[in-house]
Formats: sequence, structure tokens, C-alpha cells
Amino acid sequence: METLRFIQENGGLISLLLGQHLLIVAIAVGLAILTGVSVGVAISQHPRTRRWVLAFAAVLMTIPSAALFGLMIPVLSQIGYGIGVVPAVIALFLYAQLPIIRNTTTAISNIDPALREAAIGMGMSTGQRLRKVELPVAVPLIMAGVRMATVINIGIAAIAAYIGAGGLGSLIIRGIAQSDTRQLLAGAIVISVIAIAADYALYGLQRLLTPNGLNKNKLATGRMKEVTT
Amino acid sequence: MIQIENLNKQFGAVTAVEDVSFNVEEGQICVLLGPSGCGKTTTLKMINRLITPTSGTIRINGRDTSELDSVTLKRSIGYVIQQVGLFPNMTVEENICVVPDLLGWDKSKSRKRAGELLEVVALDPAKFLKRYPCELSGGQQQRIGVARALAADPPVMLMDEPFGAIDPINREVIQDEFRRIQRLVNKTVLFVSHDIDEAVKMADCVALFHNGKIQQFGSSDDLLARPNSEFVANFMGGDRIMKRLRLLRAADVLSKIAPRQHMQIVGSSSGIAAHSHLIVKPGDDLRQVLSQLLGRGQDWALCNDCDGRFIGYVHQADILARLVQNITPAVH
Repeated sequence: METLRFIQENGGLISLLLGQHLLIVAIAVGLAILTGVSVGVAISQHPRTRRWVLAFAAVLMTIPSAALFGLMIPVLSQIGYGIGVVPAVIALFLYAQLPIIRNTTTAISNIDPALREAAIGMGMSTGQRLRKVELPVAVPLIMAGVRMATVINIGIAAIAAYIGAGGLGSLIIRGIAQSDTRQLLAGAIVISVIAIAADYALYGLQRLLTPNGLNKNKLATGRMKEVTT
Repeated sequence: MIQIENLNKQFGAVTAVEDVSFNVEEGQICVLLGPSGCGKTTTLKMINRLITPTSGTIRINGRDTSELDSVTLKRSIGYVIQQVGLFPNMTVEENICVVPDLLGWDKSKSRKRAGELLEVVALDPAKFLKRYPCELSGGQQQRIGVARALAADPPVMLMDEPFGAIDPINREVIQDEFRRIQRLVNKTVLFVSHDIDEAVKMADCVALFHNGKIQQFGSSDDLLARPNSEFVANFMGGDRIMKRLRLLRAADVLSKIAPRQHMQIVGSSSGIAAHSHLIVKPGDDLRQVLSQLLGRGQDWALCNDCDGRFIGYVHQADILARLVQNITPAVH
């Protein structure tokens, strides 16, 4: 109850921190989609390179977040960004790579070879094939990777408060420092809620982006509506 | 129309296609026939350069295809594969319009053509244009595959076992359909198959492949009746003479000689048979005619034209005599 009252009384502060939190995650995941999908597509036809890239991304994933943030302070302070939002975004960007690259490359390399053969045989260039056929067909799996990356990042972004990036992690850190359970719980609860909410929202986006022809259930209900109206 | 000269393909140390030469005339269906791994599909894919030949020339309409850009070449040739490969993210209409769109055709023109092509392949445009591939049966999908290959009106079509994945009943239907479509659009078709019956039914000419070489090139009847080697004779099957029945029509054995009345094969119930002679049309294939005659225990049938006018008799003995005409009695 006390925690809820705390959240009510500090609505302004919490929404500010929430905004910071989501902004860091959004920038990091946004950039990671650009690089992750590109890398995933590029390596999908080269099994050897794919093994190496995925292994490297998996290693990145195993670095404890506190250690990664710590490691970046001396490196980035060379250019004056040792602490704050920049190292936080970079770290989250790195953590988002594995799920996005892995899902993209799996989706592209598992595409029915007949589709590729038909596309090439009909005279599509590589770019046209990707744009018109392979990426649309791969959307559900790529989006699943993006959702995973986002949820992971929302959690890890809490640690970024230690290097001064702000966000809801600040509440948790202060809660620990001041032995204030209310603040600590408030931070933790809000982070969990936005992680779940983001996952749902992205699921909605996933369904929206998935081509109609790939979703039999949606088609069936759509046709039913056509019949009844 | 298509001239292939001394075509070779090496995959490393393996020779997949060796010194293959043949010509296909405009408007003909040429079936590349043979067992798995005989080089027929490799030959087909070298024509639209999905596979690059090691040596040899391919001319389409007199033009050496190696002078053409690979993408332009592919867009100018219709291509149908066994697994169909319809794009699941596109509607039937969008699938059919893929090549016209790549060629930058006017949208309204290509959309109109999609509707016309659906009618050609006997599917209702109002019902199917906006559907997705996952909502279609295998046979319907392959009809769309054929329509898609015809979309930009290419003079040449390459078909890689197009009906191989369709159940036997629907395969017969779609083969008949394709023959009808072919008469309508008059394309030059290269058709890969391992099914002798399909080849006999579809082909104007057959190239029988074995170990990367053409063993025999000729009409279906040449291969069935006059095989040039033991391999060809064996491949065409022990019943190859019987398979000639498929190539013959009732009109081929039409006779004016009336049968002696009531002459029935032993065992038939002459009472009924005398009043119900089999009536066939000139276009009926002799395999069916003979089968029906045997089934009824009769040895002749009446032949009426489309308007139901009597034009002659079909005798069982004439059918059998026709089967063994022009055959090479023994091979090597």
C-alpha cells in the first residue's frame, strides 16, 4: 500500500524517469534493428560466417551488464562520454544484437528454397527478392527477436542508472541506498509493467506488419466477416 | 525457336550434362525425360541461366542467350517449378503480376491481364484474385503458377516437373488443361518429367536423357515404337507398344467396312450387346476405346462425329494391327 501511495505522490518524477528509460531503450533497439537485420540477412547465406557472428553476439550477451557499463567508462571517457546516456545506449545496443541477428538469420535461411528459386527464376534481383519476398515472409520471426531484445533491454536499462543514465533504475538505486522499500519496489514494479506492456504493444505491431497471406487465422476470420457483411 | 548446341556442364569433377544438342520448333512442347540425376533439370536451368553452362550455345529465336543480361533473360522466359513457389505474402493477383511489375508495365494493364489469365487456367477471377496462396489447393496453386509464368507473355516457357506434386486424378485434369492452354497461347515449352505417361501425353518431341547425354530425340511414337538402344527400350517400359494406344485416335483406324452381324467375342451376352454397341467419337484415344471394347466383350464400335452422324466403324483388329505398324521388332 505504501508503495502505491509513493507511486501516486511521485507521479511526476516517475513519469519523467519512465520517459528517460523508454527513450534509452527505444534508441538502442531502434539502432539494433537496423544493424541486426542487416547483419542477419548478410550472414544468412554463409553458414561459416553465421556461426562466428552468432558466437560473437552470444559472448556479448554473457558479459554481465554491470561489468560492461564499468568497462565502457575508461574507453568512452577518451571522447568525453564516460558516463550518462551514451554508454547506456551503446551497451543496450550490444545486448540487443543477439536476439535480432539470430532471429533474422534463422528466418531468412529457413525460407522455402522454392520461393527463392521462383524469385530468381522470374528475374528478381537480390534486392527485389529481399524486399518483395524474403523480408515480408521473415517479419514474424524478426519481430519476435525485436520483442525479446526490447524486454531484455528494459530490464538491463535499470542498471544504467549506476552510470548516470537516469531512468527508473534511479529509484531502485536510491531505494537501496536509503533502505527505502517503497522507492525500490516502485522502480521494480513500474519496470516490470512497462516490459510486459512493451511486449504486448510490439506483438500488436508484429501482427500488423505480418503480411495477411501468412496468417491463416486472420484470413479465416476476415473471410467470415466478408461473408456475413 | 530454341537451338541448343554442344551444351556441357561440369560440377567440379562431375559431368552433369555432356554434349547435348537439340532443336525445338516454335509452339512445340518438348519433354526432357529421364531418370533422376540424368541432367534434364540441369539442361533446363541452363536455358534461363539459373545454371551457367560450362560450354555450348543456346539460341532463342536465333539469338545467343549468353549475349543477354541474365536478369533480362529470366524475365523473358516463363518458369514453372514443381513446388510452385507462389509468394505467400502476396495475393493471387500480385503473384501473377510479379514479372509485369518487374518489367514496369502499367498497373491497370497488368491487373486486367491477371484476371484474363485466371480465366485461361479455369479459375474464377472474382473468387480467386484476392486470395492468398495458403487458401488454395495444390492443383489451384499450380494453375496460378502457370498463369504467373504466362503473365508477361513470354515466347518460351520452362517447366520443371510442374505437375509432379499433384495427386494422380488432378494431374490428369491439369495436364489436359495445359494442353488446352497451350493450343490457346502457342508457347514453345520445355518440360522436364520423369513420367513416361506424362511425356507421351504432353510431348510433341521428347529428349530422353541418361547420364547427362541425350540417348534419343524424337516424337513419343519414335521412342515407344522405334527405340534406338536397349536403355531407351527398357526405360519406355515392357508395355511400350501398348503405350502407343495413347497417341492414337479413333479417327486413325476408322473403317468403312461393316462388321459381320452379331459377331461377338465368346462370353459376351449377345442379346444385350447386339443392341448397345459402343459409340465413340473420332477424337477419342484408342486406349480408352480398346479398354471399353474389352470391357463390353465387343470387337467393334460405331464412330459418330460431333453432330452424332455415323461416319464409320472402329474394329478391335484394326487397333491391334495399327499398334504394331512401324515398329522396330528387336533392339540390339
